Amino acid sequence: MYTSHGMEAIAVGYASALERDDVIAPFHRDMGAFLIRGFTPGEILAQYLGKRTGPSKGKDGNVHMGDLKRGMISFVSHLADNLPVATGIALAFKIRGERRVAFTGTGDGGTSRGDFHEAMNFAAVRKLPVVIFCNNNQYAYSTPQRLQMAIHDVADRAKAYGMPGEIVDGNDVAAVYVASNRAIARARAGEGPTFLEFKTMRMHGHSEHDPAKYVPHELLEEWKKKDPILKAEQLLIQLGYGDAAYFQEIGERVKKEVEAGVEFAEQSPLPEGPEVLEGVFAEEANRY
Amino acid sequence: MTTETVQRQQEVTYLEAISQALDEEMTRDERVFLMGEDIGTYGGAFKITEGFLQKYGEWRVLDTPLAESGFVGAAIGAAMMGLRPVVEMQFADFISCAFDQITEVAAKNHYRWGAAVPMVIRAPFGGGVHGGPFHSECPEGWFFHSPGLKLVAPSTPYDAKGLLKAAIRDPNPVLYFEHKFLYRRIKAVLPSEDYIVPIGKADVKRAGNDISIITYGAMVHLALEAAQVLEKEGIDMEVVDLRTLIPLDKETIYGSVRKTSKAILLHEDNKTGGIGAEIAALLAEECFDCLDGPILRIAPPDTPVPFSTPLEEYFLPKVSDIVGAARKLAAY
Repeated sequence: MYTSHGMEAIAVGYASALERDDVIAPFHRDMGAFLIRGFTPGEILAQYLGKRTGPSKGKDGNVHMGDLKRGMISFVSHLADNLPVATGIALAFKIRGERRVAFTGTGDGGTSRGDFHEAMNFAAVRKLPVVIFCNNNQYAYSTPQRLQMAIHDVADRAKAYGMPGEIVDGNDVAAVYVASNRAIARARAGEGPTFLEFKTMRMHGHSEHDPAKYVPHELLEEWKKKDPILKAEQLLIQLGYGDAAYFQEIGERVKKEVEAGVEFAEQSPLPEGPEVLEGVFAEEANRY
Repeated sequence: MTTETVQRQQEVTYLEAISQALDEEMTRDERVFLMGEDIGTYGGAFKITEGFLQKYGEWRVLDTPLAESGFVGAAIGAAMMGLRPVVEMQFADFISCAFDQITEVAAKNHYRWGAAVPMVIRAPFGGGVHGGPFHSECPEGWFFHSPGLKLVAPSTPYDAKGLLKAAIRDPNPVLYFEHKFLYRRIKAVLPSEDYIVPIGKADVKRAGNDISIITYGAMVHLALEAAQVLEKEGIDMEVVDLRTLIPLDKETIYGSVRKTSKAILLHEDNKTGGIGAEIAALLAEECFDCLDGPILRIAPPDTPVPFSTPLEEYFLPKVSDIVGAARKLAAY
């Protein structure tokens, strides 16, 4: 299981800035995007338990879920594989003259892959309506950024492709929203792709089995203070949108929703063995 | 007779048949568009898409950067959004650069989450043209083992046109292996009306009673040539052209072998782990009780495709290889 812990502001920020008919090819820590696109805790948990009621009906697990009707592309484990795919989604929008945008991204490690570079280049050459982000959480599994690349800011990569690259505080949901909004508007206006580097920190291991002892304790302590959810709450309180009691009430409501989701997922049926044979080939193309 | 009818009755090459299929499908369906290296202004390395850029414009005939993984990935995305991309590999050999996108993204997409990928990748493959190790390859074996892909490999202009149209209309990723050696060497008069050759149907190119030779691509013509030689010796060989590699037409394969009781598998891809190995295993499982001799394979050795003429001639299967194998089998 790959958590978004410490990185929640990114998916929530960018997914909030998109229109409903825009398409997201998310990163594997972008649970917020799924929730915003209407995936319920029940179906998400059913997916994690391999139940038939999950979006992939048990064919795939954890965050590898998608739904074209809700504009969510299923994540592929080979990091950056979905970046070229997102450029093609944007290409379809451009060919058909639609004002829709594709939004996709990968981690700092993912920007080492050829598919990242091929997608950045193609998007820029054809001025495609796509926004590509990097959630720079400083570690790709155990490998620190300094062993991944010889540059300090991933955003520098954008210049080589002739597209703007912007550094954004990835722990500030408002900053993510504003930067995403700007990039989306640019894409929608036909001005081409933008690259956004969301600086952040992965507060858990790569996945939950990984205690991440390779991350210095002080670094985690430093970033703990920048927790994106606390930061968002403080901002909203400051702006007068709510008080502590209001956020406590939200917390309780979420807890109830998740508990109902757990119940739904646990009671959902597992697929039958022979269902393994279904769906290798499509009988008809998507109507989307 | 009108000028148009006269033109329609003219013979077209295998290459022209492919070009016609693309042109007609693009005219029929505005969702169909092309992507690849040098396919626009230059008309493609083999000139399959000559004139297409002028006719359909730069957003339906896209010259791409030199990045196979990138543009195959883009085709997958466009296909999911409802378009019908047809991607050209300049040479089938370069498909290895897009291996990950094809096998991990395209092939698994519908199975994993129900999103169809109606996409065609055209891959000019095969030897006999002195192309050497990077311009002669038969990479179909790699994809034969990846569930979720359809694989076709036509041997005639008729099949080339009909299978390409079927591939474009299919809701799945289809790898279309077109044989470079056949491009300008074979001709046929094609029907003037729209037609398809269904994916998943083999074709008996020559009926015979004594031995079945099961093959595809350029090797079909080699088999037909060998059948003529064998006919003079009183050996009646049936030539089964697979046309589609995935899904295999097992019914036609088994039907032929049950009739003749003897099978030779012929292909241009190297021997170990090739498509012939799989068909041999299927025949052993399903047709064992009707076999009157060993299942034989004719395929190149396990080496890269060499450049120099004597090396490539030694490498590729020959009529004499088929005749020799058939004589051996006929003795059983």
